[in-house]
Amino acid sequence: MTEPVAAKISATDAVKIAVEHVSKTFRGGTREVPALSDVSLTVGDGEFVCLVGPSGCGKSTLLNLIAGLEFPDTGQVSVDGQRVTGPGRDRMVMFQEAALFPWRNVIGNVLFGLELKPNLDAAARRETAEFYLRMVGLESFRDAFVHELSGGMKQRVALARALAPNPRVLLMDEPFGALDALTREQLYQDLQRIWQERRKTIVFVTHNVREAVCLGDRVLVFSPHPGRVREEFRIDLPRPRDLNGVDLARRAGEITQALKAHLANPDAA
Amino acid sequence: MKRPLIAAVFFAGLLAAWHLLAASGRWSPVLLPAPLDVASYLVRAAADGSLAAAALVTGRRLAVGYLLGIGLGLPLGCLTSRFRSCSDTLGVVALGLQTLPSVCWVPLALLWFGQTEGAMLFVVVMGTSWSIQIATDDGLRSIPPIYQRAARTMGSRGLHTVLHVLVPASLPVVLSGMKQGWAFAWRSLMAAEIFVTILSGSGLGHLLHYGRELLAMDQVLGVMFVIVVVGLAADKIVFSPAERWVRRRWGTDA
Ligand SMILES: Nc1ncnc2c1ncn2[C@@H]1O[C@H](COP(=O)(O)OP(=O)(O)OP(=O)(O)O)[C@@H](O)[C@H]1O
Ligand SMILES: [Mg+2]
Repeated sequence: MTEPVAAKISATDAVKIAVEHVSKTFRGGTREVPALSDVSLTVGDGEFVCLVGPSGCGKSTLLNLIAGLEFPDTGQVSVDGQRVTGPGRDRMVMFQEAALFPWRNVIGNVLFGLELKPNLDAAARRETAEFYLRMVGLESFRDAFVHELSGGMKQRVALARALAPNPRVLLMDEPFGALDALTREQLYQDLQRIWQERRKTIVFVTHNVREAVCLGDRVLVFSPHPGRVREEFRIDLPRPRDLNGVDLARRAGEITQALKAHLANPDAA
Repeated sequence: MKRPLIAAVFFAGLLAAWHLLAASGRWSPVLLPAPLDVASYLVRAAADGSLAAAALVTGRRLAVGYLLGIGLGLPLGCLTSRFRSCSDTLGVVALGLQTLPSVCWVPLALLWFGQTEGAMLFVVVMGTSWSIQIATDDGLRSIPPIYQRAARTMGSRGLHTVLHVLVPASLPVVLSGMKQGWAFAWRSLMAAEIFVTILSGSGLGHLLHYGRELLAMDQVLGVMFVIVVVGLAADKIVFSPAERWVRRRWGTDA
C-alpha cells in the first residue's frame, strides 16, 4: 500500500497541486469573458477532489490551467511545488469531449501515450493497453474504429487512454457524462480502486452532485461570472461508497442546496 | 445484378444511336466517323505501337509534373497554414493562380522555355501545385485543436506531433486535394500537348492534334476515348481505393 513517493512527502507538506490567486479572462473580439477570478485551492497528494458548478463557471478552464494547456493571467499554478509551464506526462487529461484520434483504432488510441513513455518495449505496451481496455470492458473492441463506437464507449476508451501511462495526476472533465447508470457505477468502482491502489491525485469535474459525493474526498462548489470557488465540502463517508446510500444522498442534498443558493445570490460572500 | 444490366443497355444504346447517325449519311464521315472506324483506328494504333508510345510519353510527363506539383504545393500549404505572413502573401497568390485555367500558362511557357519538355512541365506544375497548396492549407487548418492538445498532454512534441497527429489528421482533406491536383495535372498536360508541338516525343495530346491536322476524325475520337479511359483508370485504381480506406478509417462523411 505505501509507495515510496507517498513516504517521501512528509505529512506537513503533501500538497500536490497548488492554485494560487489565479485569474483568467478570455478575450474574443469585443467581448471579454472572465472565466476565473482569484481562484485559490490546493489538492493534496493522493487526494480525490471534485469540482461542481453550473455550466460556464470555468471548471474546464481550471483543468486546462493545471494541465499546462493554458496559462493564468495572474496568479500561478504549481504541481509538486514546480510552476506549471506546459503539459507533462505526470498529468493526464480526460477531456470533456472524448478527443480520440479517428485515424487510430481503439487500442491504437490507448497506445498513443504509452508509445511516448520511455523504457517500454512493444510487448509491455500492448499488455498495458489491453489491461486497461479490459478494465473499461472494451477488450472485444480493440480493433474497432473510433467512429464505430457509441458516445459512452468513446469515453471509456478515453479513460483507458488516460490511465494507461499511469500518471500521478488525473484531470477528468465530466468523464462519465455519456454513460448509462450501470456502466457508470462500475467505472466508479474501478476508478476508486485504481486511485487507492496507485495513489493517484484526481481532480474530477462533474455536474452530478451525487457522483461528486460518491467519489470525492472534497467537493468544491464553483459559481459563475466570474468563476470562483464558493464553498468546500469535506466528504468523510467510508469507502467504498454506495451511490444510493442514505448518508450520501443527504450530503448531496446539502451541496445541491449550496449550489442553488450561490446561483440565486451570486455576490454574497 | 440490375445495375450492370442497366449500364450495359445504356452504353449499347449509345453506340447504336451513334452508329445509326453515322450510317444515315447526313454528315460526312470526316466529321462523324462510325464507331467501328474509331474502333479499327484503336486496334491499328495499338498494334503498331503508336498509341502505347504516346501514352508512355504522356504518362512520364504526367508523373514528373504531378510529383513536382506536389513537391511545390505541399510545403507551400504547410507554410501558408502555419504562418500568417505566408497566407497573406503566398496564399493570395495561390488563390489567384488557382482560378487561372491552365491553358493560359501556355503562351508564357512557350516564350520562356520554347518548344521543350520544360514548357510542358511548367504548364503542368502551374496547373497542379496551387490546388494542392490550397488543399494542404485547408487540411491543416481544419484539424480540431483538441487533437493537438490531447497529444501534448500525452507527451507528444515537435516532429512526433507532426507525424502522428498533424499528418494523419489532415490526410482526408489533403487526399481529396491530391485527387483534384491530379485532375488539374491531367487537364493541363493535355492542353500543353495540344498547343506545344515538340520534337522530344509525341504524347496523346499530340496524336489528337495531328489527327485534327490530317482530318482523321477516327484518330481524334479514338485518342479522346483513350484519354477518358486513362482518367477513369487513375480514379478507379488509385484515388477511389485510397478515399474508401480513409472513409472507413476516419469515418468521414458517407
Ligand atoms: N477558448 C476560449 N475562448 C473564449 N472564451 C472561452 C474559452 N474557453 C472558455 N471560455 C469561456 O470561459 C467561461 C468558462 O468556460 P469553461 O469551459 O471553463 O466552463 P465550464 O465550467 O467547463 O462549463 P461546462 O460545465 O459547460 O463545461 C465560459 O464563459 C466560456 O465561454
Ligand atoms: Mg467544461
